[in-house]
Amino acid sequence: MSASIAVRNSGTMLHRSLRHGVRFPMMLITGLVTPVILLLMFVYIFGGALGSGADGMPGGRSAYLDYIAPSMFLTTVCYGGGTTAVTVSVDMTQGIVNRFRTMPISQSALMAGHILGGVLRTLAAVGLIMAAAVGLGFRPHASAAQWAAAAGLLLVVTVGLTCLTIAFGAAAKSPGGANTAVLPLQILPLISSAFVATRTMPTPVRLFAEYQPFTPIINTLRGLLVGGPIGQDAWIAAAWCAGAALIGFTWSRRSFSRRR
Amino acid sequence: MAVSPPAIEVSGLRKAYGGKTVLDGIDLSVPQGSIYALLGPNGAGKTTMVNILTTLLPADSGTARIMGDDVRRADRIRPLISVTGQFAAVDNLLTGEENLIMMANLYRLGRGRAKALAADLLEKFDLAAAGKARGATYSGGMRRRLDLAMTLVAEPRVIFLDEPTTGLDPRSRHAMWEIVRDLTGRGVTIFLTTQYLEEADQLADRIGVMDHGVLVAEGTADELKRRIPGGSVRLEFSAADQLAVAAGLVAEAERDPKALALRVPTDGGLRSLRTLLDRLDDAGVEVAKVSVLSADLDDVFLALTERSTAPTGRPAALAGQPTAQKEML
Repeated sequence: MSASIAVRNSGTMLHRSLRHGVRFPMMLITGLVTPVILLLMFVYIFGGALGSGADGMPGGRSAYLDYIAPSMFLTTVCYGGGTTAVTVSVDMTQGIVNRFRTMPISQSALMAGHILGGVLRTLAAVGLIMAAAVGLGFRPHASAAQWAAAAGLLLVVTVGLTCLTIAFGAAAKSPGGANTAVLPLQILPLISSAFVATRTMPTPVRLFAEYQPFTPIINTLRGLLVGGPIGQDAWIAAAWCAGAALIGFTWSRRSFSRRR
Repeated sequence: MAVSPPAIEVSGLRKAYGGKTVLDGIDLSVPQGSIYALLGPNGAGKTTMVNILTTLLPADSGTARIMGDDVRRADRIRPLISVTGQFAAVDNLLTGEENLIMMANLYRLGRGRAKALAADLLEKFDLAAAGKARGATYSGGMRRRLDLAMTLVAEPRVIFLDEPTTGLDPRSRHAMWEIVRDLTGRGVTIFLTTQYLEEADQLADRIGVMDHGVLVAEGTADELKRRIPGGSVRLEFSAADQLAVAAGLVAEAERDPKALALRVPTDGGLRSLRTLLDRLDDAGVEVAKVSVLSADLDDVFLALTERSTAPTGRPAALAGQPTAQKEML
């Protein structure tokens, strides 16, 4: 199978995946609307209390918006991953997947289409939540280089989590199972430095929060966009993402080539 | 140029899953341009057979060739075949037209060609009005037609139809049959699996009856029917004592005491029927009702598959209820 055929087949599959994204209204809502609602909730319900004087967060609601906006970008990637897992799982239950397996096409095209489609969908959602945050008054003082670095990190995180959630989706027995499998990814950001400083947490929770993958990613994003220490976190974040991508990719390959 | 090979040639094909034998040494050969029906109950191994022939599953042993090429060479086989699975293999979220264009794109036919071909196939399969509707909104019959239309995008040499009409209403089933018959006009070979005898009878040039992973019989519909000579006559009586007397007179009859009926094997000829009735008449037995049952594929099927499922010693040919009462007297 020549490379150009693989590229054209993957293009067709990407086109298909993007169409699916638009035609699955439930998924569109989960992936796009939930993060916006969470953002509004954190800013307008918890923001007043959490932003006024709670440990190290002076400046009220707008300072809290600055604090959580980068976290919400990451949370959006997690929700996008949930959408991707369910979409892939639904697709794998369709008879057409077996049809693809009997066709003279590149057999990695279906997976490639899902990965690219998932990444593009998630990035679109991240763009939307960024616009929403700016609309609410998020005014980062980052330089162009810092913006570029933050965007690059979000892209790397998106690729890593998309690969991982595609593996969840392809391995799940049903769309419901896929949805359950990604739940930890959507809850983990809550137990991190995303919404409150980890030092306010009791020791066992704090230790967990500090060593789980989302904390270094959020710290790096926050450091780049609104300032704050980054240090080792950038490398730890990159390593987590690379690990997720590698495991996700290998696992997906196995799940996609297995007949059901 | 050598003589053209059979479209499908299988010999000694075996497959087991976790110690359970699914295919136990299958041999068959399907000439190009013909329709072959693999007939069998659920779990007979039909789908496994299709999966092996369509490169989805490796066999444990034996060989299978499509147009002379070994099925293990997936890259050689896939351009020759097209498959519709047991559940219609259409994309529910795409419209009928988009499904067809996607197939054309995967075969890299070019944009203009893809659109024209999609329009052509939608027209041909009576889906033109539904072309802009999503697969999910299609009825069972429409889905199968779209499925088959997608199968034809690549102009395959061999088409595999795994239970193409399961779950369809009679009208849609007949429409599918028409379409399948039309296909062979173009020299395409069709390998279909079915649980319906009538479907095999209607469509297939040759029928393989499969049960428990074994081909228990093979031949044309007529050849298979001939394996059960003649049919039988069913005699119904108004009282139990009449039945007893009649059963005493006709040794080869099978008794059905509940229905007060006898089933007597016959060659279907008028002479033997007259002899039988005369014999009963002479003995003063009153027959309430007579029906002549001709053997059909159902009898063959039940005979062949019952023999291997229920080794109870029951006469295999009479194991099932007669299904076709072709002539009432």
